Amino acid sequence: MLKDITLGQYYQTESVLHRLDPRVKLVGTIVYIISLFLVNNVWGYLVAALFLAAMIKLSNVPFKFMVKGMRAILFLLLLTVVFNIFLTPGEALITVWKLTITKEGIRLAIMMAIRLSFLIIGSSVMTLTTTPNNLTDGMEKLMASLRKIKVPVHEIAMMMSIALRFIPILMEETDKIMKAQIARGADFESGNIMKKAKALVPLLVPLFISAFRRANDLAMAMEARCYRGGDGRTKMKPLIYKKADRIGYGVLIIYLIVCLSIGKIAELAMGIILGIMMVAA
Amino acid sequence: MEGNEISVLSLEIEIKRKEMSLILDHVNHIYGEDTKLAVAALKDINLVIPDGQFIGLIGHTGSGKSTLVQHLNGLLKPTSGSIYFNGQDIADKDYDKKELRSKVGLVFQYPEHQLFEVTVFQDVCFGPKNLGLSGKEVEIRAYTALKQAGVKEELFQVSPFDLSGGQKRRVAIAGVLAMKPEVLILDEPTAGLDPKGRDEILGQIKQLQKETGITVILVSHSMEDVAEYVDRILVMNKGQVVYDGVPKEVFKHYEGLEKIGLAAPQVTYIMDRLNKEGFSLDTDATTIVEAKEAILKAFR
Repeated sequence: MLKDITLGQYYQTESVLHRLDPRVKLVGTIVYIISLFLVNNVWGYLVAALFLAAMIKLSNVPFKFMVKGMRAILFLLLLTVVFNIFLTPGEALITVWKLTITKEGIRLAIMMAIRLSFLIIGSSVMTLTTTPNNLTDGMEKLMASLRKIKVPVHEIAMMMSIALRFIPILMEETDKIMKAQIARGADFESGNIMKKAKALVPLLVPLFISAFRRANDLAMAMEARCYRGGDGRTKMKPLIYKKADRIGYGVLIIYLIVCLSIGKIAELAMGIILGIMMVAA
Repeated sequence: MEGNEISVLSLEIEIKRKEMSLILDHVNHIYGEDTKLAVAALKDINLVIPDGQFIGLIGHTGSGKSTLVQHLNGLLKPTSGSIYFNGQDIADKDYDKKELRSKVGLVFQYPEHQLFEVTVFQDVCFGPKNLGLSGKEVEIRAYTALKQAGVKEELFQVSPFDLSGGQKRRVAIAGVLAMKPEVLILDEPTAGLDPKGRDEILGQIKQLQKETGITVILVSHSMEDVAEYVDRILVMNKGQVVYDGVPKEVFKHYEGLEKIGLAAPQVTYIMDRLNKEGFSLDTDATTIVEAKEAILKAFR
């Protein structure tokens, strides 16, 4: 059950995207998300879809793997679609009891569904191709200038990488404690919701205790190695932009321009074609 | 194992199914079967574990010993092959898994990490309570189990989190003992304990086995630990059982054991060395006491 969550997981393989500087991927994801919300015509979505497909192809990660991550947000997606369909005012198409389906509602629902799924797949392309450590390194470097206004950038990045690092460990721990309690006759599956919630106590108490124990041990180990935050700290593998990264930024700029202007271009092209046809007629 | 041995075993299964406590028949287990990272953790395991035996299951980290013991109480299902407990296939749909788990008690590595209740006594009650026993029976079982595990009475009403490491481990073992298992499996019960704590716990387990006649499977990576307690040693390497026999016999293969990252007890080496230097000692000695006797005998 826990293994099905692919959202935010790293997929080990070799690809152009894997080698790219994490900063490029971070900025790229943000740009992509913004573009999704700025676009409001079919052509723009088409460009966004093509861009996403190209990135998936470049990432060498099986598409199946990404769709699996979508399952986690299926409920959210459905909820958004349903709310948008029924609660958008506008030209009524069908009215059932107190619920009205409007033309605008359908349009908005489709748009939101596309936006949400592109958003999720787009950001999972980033997490699937970037190790958590790399990702937090990139974030730290990108936000470095915020240090001037006393934002503890390094500490935030460190906390994030520790949190990410602990996810698999705690999952393994959960599995182990669950097995140990099942061996003592615990039952996590049957019974009503109250009984199930109560059955979780023998799992959650040891899990919390072990999380605190691990946190304590880690803090001690870090202090034993003289960790004292980000001041004067150097990196073993500092992030340096290479040629591929500059090309990456270039591609992003081109994408953004094309994506935002294609609506106008398409309109213009249609106008010209129509004009020519009129003249010909 | 050779082909003819396996056919003998399958015959044995047919005959002895009813009386034997645990039988593993061509058990395989593969982790992540349909992914790129598939790992064969168990390869064609065939075992007969009769009632009342004290078995040491030895192997290096990653040899598959923990995977094997999790099959015995149905926590893991074999990818292929079957496991019989008291003559019944535990993979059968109508086989009661809860019953199996009460009969085959499994104490995990670092079992003290599973404690959760407010008091020691309540924690030990968790197992028998899950079996649906009456309140009085639950208490009697918890009391007996705590006594068997060597927990002092004044600690019964203390929070398990206030105990020392060794005491916590005893409480956790009592938690499984309270289920009154016929087969008790302990996965590295002495990991992280000092020598004194180790000897105490192993001694207690041996005594318990003698008194109640239950089957005990002790998982360990150290020959030294188990040599003086067990009747039979199973050595695992890369998912296979490579040696199976009484300790003396298994230790004779000390060169083979070293190849797979294990070692015979140091006593074996000393006796061997002494013999090479010209003494004629009885090399069967596996414990320090036996070695002492043998050396004294040679000087008489």
